[in-house]
Amino acid sequence: MVKLVLRNQEYEVRPGMTLLDALKKNDILTEGVLCTRDGELVTEDEILKDGDVIKLIAVISGG
Amino acid sequence: MKCRICGQKAVVNMRQHKLALCKDHYLEWIPEQTERFIEKYKMFIREEKVLVAVSGGKDSLSLWDILQRLGYQADGLYICLGIDDQRSPLMGGLSYSSESQRLIEKFANERGLKLHILDVQKEYGATIPQLNRKSHRGRSKPCSVCGLVKRHVMNRIARDFGYDVLATGHNLDDEAAVLFGNTLTWAGEFMLRQGPVLPGTPGLARKVKPLCRIYERDMLAYALLRGIEYIYEECPFSIGSTSIFYKQLLNKLESDHPGAKQSFYLSFLEARKSGLFAEREKIQAELHPCFNCGQPTSAPGLCSFCRLMSQYCR
Repeated sequence: MVKLVLRNQEYEVRPGMTLLDALKKNDILTEGVLCTRDGELVTEDEILKDGDVIKLIAVISGG
Repeated sequence: MKCRICGQKAVVNMRQHKLALCKDHYLEWIPEQTERFIEKYKMFIREEKVLVAVSGGKDSLSLWDILQRLGYQADGLYICLGIDDQRSPLMGGLSYSSESQRLIEKFANERGLKLHILDVQKEYGATIPQLNRKSHRGRSKPCSVCGLVKRHVMNRIARDFGYDVLATGHNLDDEAAVLFGNTLTWAGEFMLRQGPVLPGTPGLARKVKPLCRIYERDMLAYALLRGIEYIYEECPFSIGSTSIFYKQLLNKLESDHPGAKQSFYLSFLEARKSGLFAEREKIQAELHPCFNCGQPTSAPGLCSFCRLMSQYCR
């Protein structure tokens, strides 16, 4: 499985889909997050592999 | 996805520009764009002294980083608001102001940059939450008082230390959200004042927003790729705020129509330029110096900041 982590929330998706599809499936807007894998930024067309952990970084922050 | 310039693997895809870039080209592209807007809107020139208001967030620290990389004379100003009460259920154990200050000092020290720090409690005897409790401006949230104090202090430091211009890290999403709010109420006077540059007047420093054409998401990418440590948590008082709600609404629009936020803001600037909202001279208020601090104010007597302080001291 693939894990998406956004702040304290975790989502699981099947491997083989694109990151964009994984975000859509969980109602997460691509405009609201950047995605990293192993600390590196990845684009939404990335195909997710089994065991991937994608950390989502919220765009809106600060005050 | 490949970088449009070199064909290497892209790390950022900007759908509004139909442009994907690799790390190296992205880190060149953002400063180039910033410089383009500084020149386009005639914000400042290299001979001028710039004061960058830094909050510890990704946008203001990135702006300071970009201006340094571009060779501008840019010093920083941090205003410590005293939003640190960990006992408050709002804070979730976070010392927001202290952590912001730590990150800013680290940023400045690592790069050898000049940083002014003004602690509101030390300077005026009360933190922002304390001032808010005494004022009639805010209800439960101190955002209105916070904005008033920050505007006053930024202008004061810019004036006292002889800076030509005050730069803030407002990005396109910030501007679009403000514009959206003002459009809902057709707040023409506020719309007339919104723009990349607020010209200086006697007693008021020129204010500029060099990132006003760059999406918030793209600024986040810049901060991450440059390894800039910023405060990730939102200000505890901004949680649930209208401006964040408007940003989320606009992102939904952007999701289906890439470029919608940019078009909303740019077409507003064009419309304003062509005089759609009002004739400037008819609604521009006459300014008078405040009896106490000397900063310009619309009504004769004390300015809003000095009225707030007199309420607190009463």
